[in-house]
Order: sequence, then structure tokens, then C-alpha cells
Amino acid sequence: MNRDHLRILLPVLSLGLLLAAVFYLQPRAMSYFGLNLLFNLAVPVALATIAQMMILMVNDIDLSIGTFVSFCACVTATFVQSDPVTGYAMLLGAIAVYAAMGAIIHARGLPAIVVTLGMSFFWSGMAILILPSPGGSAPAWLNAMMKAKPPLVPVAIIAPIVIGLIMHYFIKRSSLGVLLRGVGGNSQAIDRAGWSVLGLKATAYGIAGLFGVLSGMALVGLTTSADANIALRYTLLSIAGVILGGGEFTGGRVSPIGAVIGAMTLTLAASFLSFLHLSSDWQIGAQGAILILVLAVRLVFTRREALA
Amino acid sequence: MSVENNVQNTAPRGVTALLGLVSRKAWIWAWLAAGATFIAAMMAGSGGGAEAGSLLYAAFTFAAFTVIVGIGQMFVVTLGPGNVDLSIPATMTLAGTVALKFMASDGSLVVPGLLIAIGVGLGCGLFNFGLILLMRIPPIIATLASSFLFQSVAIWSNRGLRIKPPEGLADFATGGTLGIPNVALVALGVSVLAWVVLERAIMGRWILASGQNKRAARLGGVPVTAVHFGVYVGCAVLAGFTGFLLASFSGGANLNMGTEYMLMSIAVVVIGGSSIAGGNSNVPGIWAAALFMFLLVSMLNSYGLGAGVRLILTGLIIVSVVVLASKKGGRV
Repeated sequence: MNRDHLRILLPVLSLGLLLAAVFYLQPRAMSYFGLNLLFNLAVPVALATIAQMMILMVNDIDLSIGTFVSFCACVTATFVQSDPVTGYAMLLGAIAVYAAMGAIIHARGLPAIVVTLGMSFFWSGMAILILPSPGGSAPAWLNAMMKAKPPLVPVAIIAPIVIGLIMHYFIKRSSLGVLLRGVGGNSQAIDRAGWSVLGLKATAYGIAGLFGVLSGMALVGLTTSADANIALRYTLLSIAGVILGGGEFTGGRVSPIGAVIGAMTLTLAASFLSFLHLSSDWQIGAQGAILILVLAVRLVFTRREALA
Repeated sequence: MSVENNVQNTAPRGVTALLGLVSRKAWIWAWLAAGATFIAAMMAGSGGGAEAGSLLYAAFTFAAFTVIVGIGQMFVVTLGPGNVDLSIPATMTLAGTVALKFMASDGSLVVPGLLIAIGVGLGCGLFNFGLILLMRIPPIIATLASSFLFQSVAIWSNRGLRIKPPEGLADFATGGTLGIPNVALVALGVSVLAWVVLERAIMGRWILASGQNKRAARLGGVPVTAVHFGVYVGCAVLAGFTGFLLASFSGGANLNMGTEYMLMSIAVVVIGGSSIAGGNSNVPGIWAAALFMFLLVSMLNSYGLGAGVRLILTGLIIVSVVVLASKKGGRV
């Protein structure tokens, strides 16, 4: 078992443990329908977590992903539904803005935390302009896709697996993925080897933008309407998801499969707490406690890793 | 350094001094931006000295709260990459609710109430630091997770009650002395103290050294762990104190009173010219940035723009200021 396997073991174990606890509390959840219900909202969270992972991978952090996903959800629920050409052009434009943001952050040596903070105002302003009051409706095909019922395994399980595997092969196996991780690990070395760090950073941000768009679309497919604040929680959830999944803030050390599992764990934690009949006062606090608990266990793992 | 020397040889003395000041003091840009926003806000209104006066009064009042939490955040950010306190809003809310509940609008309990708010801040800071040091959780995640816990405790202890602050305290928080808001005077006191700590005390040198190179600082005999302890606890204490002030100012604590201060505290640190990479900070910039942020919103308000356009412009202006301010030696 190498280091990467050890790194993924903890997220898998914590998800398994949480799932077992949920099944113990509510045995009826152990069904096609139950699983779909438990993990339904994990799909957009997982996509947003992958977006955050792309940014963390190049040693930056994105504090605007929540407002960006909200913006994309608003566009999907309005323009994409009523006027697809304009709608998709807007979403493409949003991805281009993300790529440009990455380029500017690198070219001017700006702190990503502040630029994305500023952009979070921008996106939430755009979202309010597009959809001043909650509403809109999902494009029919999107709704059908998110609510599809394939045999044996529900969409809510298939989608995260597909997302995780695609990104795993892209990040860990493709040459572009290696270069992107290299930017996070040692951007000077990448620069000296003749690659354009500027281009690579723009690519990483662009891919993050793409996943933000997908997250917003998936969210609308599930909820069938949008509002300007629909996904504000995603900023913090996505950071927590990447870290829970074994990723780190620096050095390009991330795990796409871990990130998806981290997102599923966080979503499941919310259901678990409601099954516990915990007073709603303590719901948020218990999520914080679960986060701390998993990271505490990880400390034991990393110590062992250091010894090995 | 060489650039400055060249300038010295060719330009007249006054210009040299000015250029030198601008290139050394990053906070000049923030003050220029704040001044420009003030003028723009004035041009939108009907003008007149009274209006300018009341705008400035409001700006200093609201900037005061941002300044106090901003100073705490500044010390944390100074510690280097990855150091940021996301639990400031939750700490403010918790301290505000607990202190107001304890005082129960009784004027004789103001001092114990203040001590309780500071004590809550102290507790939150110790908890944060415990997570960071003992469990080696990255500060961003540690303070994020603990903020969830603090928020829950605040919800539990508050139960949706809105308790009014004691009358004397409310009068103090909303009043002014010699035309200056009392809260701004308090913030000024905190700033002077922070400036002395940062620029004139050994603690400040230690904080900067830890932020510039933790390993070198440790080898050089700086008690790095103690420095981190002091900074995180100090930041939480300032947040608790601000929660107390803000709750007294706005006639009671509520559960989302701290929300905007998460983004605000980070934004003022960076717009004020402190390096987000750590090891280089200044106090005057915090004031300029806090005034700038308030004036920006009131300027956009006075032009009668809708909420959406206002947010878009706020975002674009923040990004532009950061891009412009980074002109000199952004990459090190």
C-alpha cells in the first residue's frame, strides 16, 4: 500500500462509518430510494468541491465559489431554460472570466483570497440582477437527467463515481494533470522547464469555472428553481470537502476521488444529524465537531505516514 | 532600493520625499482611494458642509467596528500563508449574545458584562489555538470548524431573544465626544495599542519574523509557538470585544450580526496594504480601508443604484484596487 492509498483510506472509512450509522438509525434508508434521497444533494456539492480542488491544487483558494454556483444556478433557471443560446453564451463567458481571473492573479502576483473575495460580490450582484426574487424553472432535459431512475444504482451514486473517476484520470494520469499539480508543487521548476505557468493557472481556473457551472446546473436540475443565495454555503463546504478528502492547502497534493468522498461525507453528516433527532440548535455545531473529529483521526494517519 | 536611489539623484527634494513615502508606505494608496470615494459620494449628494460632516461621522462610526476586528485579523494574517481566522463572526455573535444576556439591561452590570465578552473571546481563541497547535489542523479549517461550534452555542444560549443593552451603555455606543463617535475613539485606542505592539515592542518583531520565515525565526530564538498563541487569542479577544460594542450599538445582539465581518476583516487587511503572504503589516492602512469600504457602499447608495449593480461595482472596485496597489513589487 503506497502513500496515495493510505491517504484515500481515511475518507473512505469515515464515509463508510457514517453510512453504517445512518443505516443503523434508519434501516429503511438502505434501499434504492433511500440512497438516492441521502446523496441527492451531494452531486452539486461534489462538483463544487472539484472546482475548489482545482484552485487549491495551484496553491490558491477560492472564496467566491458559493456565489459563483448561485449565479450559474440563476442563469440556468432563467436564460438556459427560456433562451438557450444566450444562456450558454453567458455560462461560457463566466468560465472565461474564471480563466482570466487565474491569469491576472498569476501575472500581477495577487493574493487569490482577496481577488476571489472581491469577485464573490460581483457574482452575487449578477445573480441578483438576473433573478431578483427566487423563481425560474429547470430546463426539462436537466430535470429529467437529475431525476432519472437507472436500474439497480441511483443517479446520486453513479454521478459522484463518474465525476471522481474522470477527474482521477485527468489529474493523476494525464500529462496536463501532472503539470497542473506541478504548478502547485513547484511553479518555478515548471517555469524553468519551459511551460507557461500563466497558461496553466488560467487552465486550472477555467476548469474550476467549468465545474462551478456544472454544479449550478445540477443544483437547478434537483431543486427545479433558483435564487441568488441558493449555494452560499458551498464556499465553506467545498473547502472542507477537499481537506476531508485528504487534500492539502499547498503543494498540489489533492485527491479527486477523496474530494468527491469528502463532499458525500459532509452531505451525509447533515442527514445523520437529522436522523439523530438532534435539536436544530446543534446541527451546525455537530457538523463542525464531525469535521474536527475526522481531522483528528487523520493526525494519527499522517504521523504513521511520516514514520513509514 | 536602487530605484529609490536613482529617484533621489534626479528629482527635486520634495518630490523625492513623496515618492519615497508612496513606495515605502503601501497604506497611502488606501487613503487615496478612501479620499476619492468620499469626494465621489459628496458629488452625488446635494453637497454642503453639513452633509459632508454627517457622512464622515457615519463612516467613522461603522469603520470603527471593522477596524477593531481588522486589526485582530491583520496580526493573524501577518503570521504567514494559510493563517486566517474565519471564526471572527461567530466569536462576535457568541460574545455579544452571552454578554447581553448576562447584563439583562441592568446598568450596574456593564463592567462584568464587558469582562464576560472578553472572556468568551479568550475562550474561543484558546479553542482555536488548541485545534491548530495540538491537532495540527490547518488554521483555515480549524477556525471554520470551531466557528460552527461557536455559532451553535450562540443559537442555543440566545434562543431568538433580543435583549436590549443597558441604557447607559447604549448611549455611550451610539453617542459621540467632541464631534467624534465614541466607538471610533475606542477603535483609535485599540489601533494605537496595536501600532505600539507591532512597531515598537519586541512582540511585534517576533510576529513579523515568524511571518517572514518561521524556521529562521525559531532558529533565531523567537518563541514561535507563544507568538502564534498570543496572536490567535488576541484576535479572538478583539472579536469578542467588537461583538460587545456592536451589540450595544445596534440595540441588542442577533445571530447574524457578525456575518459581514468575515469578508470585511480580510478585505481591510489586504486593501490596507498588509501582505497576505505575511510578515509585513501596518495599522494605518486598516483605517483607510475600513473607511473606504463604508464610503464605497454609501457612494453607490447615493447614486441610487439597485442592490445588484451595487454589489457588482463593489466587487469590481475591490479587485481594481488590489490590482493597482500590487503595481510595485507584487511578486517577490
